[in-house]
Amino acid sequence: MQDVSYYRPSSIKEAIKILSEHGPTAKVLAGGTDVIVQARERTKKITAFVDIKKIPDVMGLGIEGHRGLTIGAATPMYQIYNHSGVQEEYPAIIDSANIIGGKAIQGRASLGGNLCNGSPAADTIPTLIVLEGTANIIGPNGERKIAIEDFCTGPGKTLLQHDEILISLHFKRPAPFSGSRFIRFIPRNEMDIAVVNVASQIQMDGNKIESSRVAIGACAPTPLLLKEISNFIQGKELSQDLLENAAELFNNLITPIEDMRGSPEHRVDLAKTLFKRTMNDAVIRSNGEKVQ
Amino acid sequence: MSKKIVISTDLNGDITEFIADERDSLLDALRERIGLTGVKEGCNNGNCGACAVLLDGILVNSCCVMAAEVDGGSVTTVEGIALENELHPVQQAFLNEAALQCGICTPGFLVAAKALLDTNPEPTEEEIRFWLAGNLCRCTGYDKIITAVQEASKSMQKK
Repeated sequence: MQDVSYYRPSSIKEAIKILSEHGPTAKVLAGGTDVIVQARERTKKITAFVDIKKIPDVMGLGIEGHRGLTIGAATPMYQIYNHSGVQEEYPAIIDSANIIGGKAIQGRASLGGNLCNGSPAADTIPTLIVLEGTANIIGPNGERKIAIEDFCTGPGKTLLQHDEILISLHFKRPAPFSGSRFIRFIPRNEMDIAVVNVASQIQMDGNKIESSRVAIGACAPTPLLLKEISNFIQGKELSQDLLENAAELFNNLITPIEDMRGSPEHRVDLAKTLFKRTMNDAVIRSNGEKVQ
Repeated sequence: MSKKIVISTDLNGDITEFIADERDSLLDALRERIGLTGVKEGCNNGNCGACAVLLDGILVNSCCVMAAEVDGGSVTTVEGIALENELHPVQQAFLNEAALQCGICTPGFLVAAKALLDTNPEPTEEEIRFWLAGNLCRCTGYDKIITAVQEASKSMQKK
């Protein structure tokens, strides 16, 4: 383990002061399932951990009527997928939170941590993007909000400055007749990194697609919002032919890498399949029905 | 040199004070500072579950927790799950079913299985397999482990 100092501030102000004084090698510690491993394996230089879990603003979650859902950035996954309101209204978040690592990881890992770690294959980010999530950030110069689709800038890189803290994530109330779904492909059934993952959100008007959002992970340096797909299907009657034709757009939209998890061709094929499956499931959910 | 810190925590039901390096993980502190070697180091990066403990009642990998974080909290290791004068039903079931081979993964499996039965007393086989997916057994003795957890569930229902 690198020679790290440990701080446990009880307010945002105090935490930002410590981060500012230490410089970029001080890291926010939430669940620690990424940063503690990075400190031990020396993949990043880390000299201080600023544990934010005693700051009330970053812990817990709640739905406030029409104002939507706010999730504290450090809230562990198990609290998120056990929340009945999230199960009811934001099932794609459950799809993602339920498959991050094993149960012992879910006891600690957080949405904020998954987002700030900035992995191209992160399992929550496509979902956060299609649900039009907003990141609430506080730094020395005050508060700012960033749309989650803009948050990641490259592998392990985000717009968050070293002395800023991601406080919470906010999601608006889902529109009537809308549904969302996240699916990832991995060679085993659990505990692995996605070869490809896709989240889809859809709002229906009868059999017509009112609007949609599709995001994909593990196919580019960051998770991507694919507006081209939404533009193609928007306003049209839902059919399997339409989804097949839309899926063909993936040929030119993504240029995935070749690695031990899969070839570019394999990833494009998976992207098409996962797109169709997530869309069909999102439509089922838009009718208030359960999938699987 | 890393700074020494004093940590006070409820460890297996006893308020315990110990000295650790500020940079120690909970796993390092439990094994090297306190001598609770039931908790095992496997991968040391959150994949294998051999270091699983309960932190404030929640299942976690102790390699992915800083020792300093448990100050003022509570930790339960495999040494703390047995009842007053008898083994925990999960421990007894692992013995009855011979659900271990080399044994390195066993403490993590026991703690994880106890955590499962605490929250879901009658899990299906699928639920057991999903819950224990974060515990790896390199001897691949999974079938007997699953059977043991099912037996433990049954014996806890009888009580």
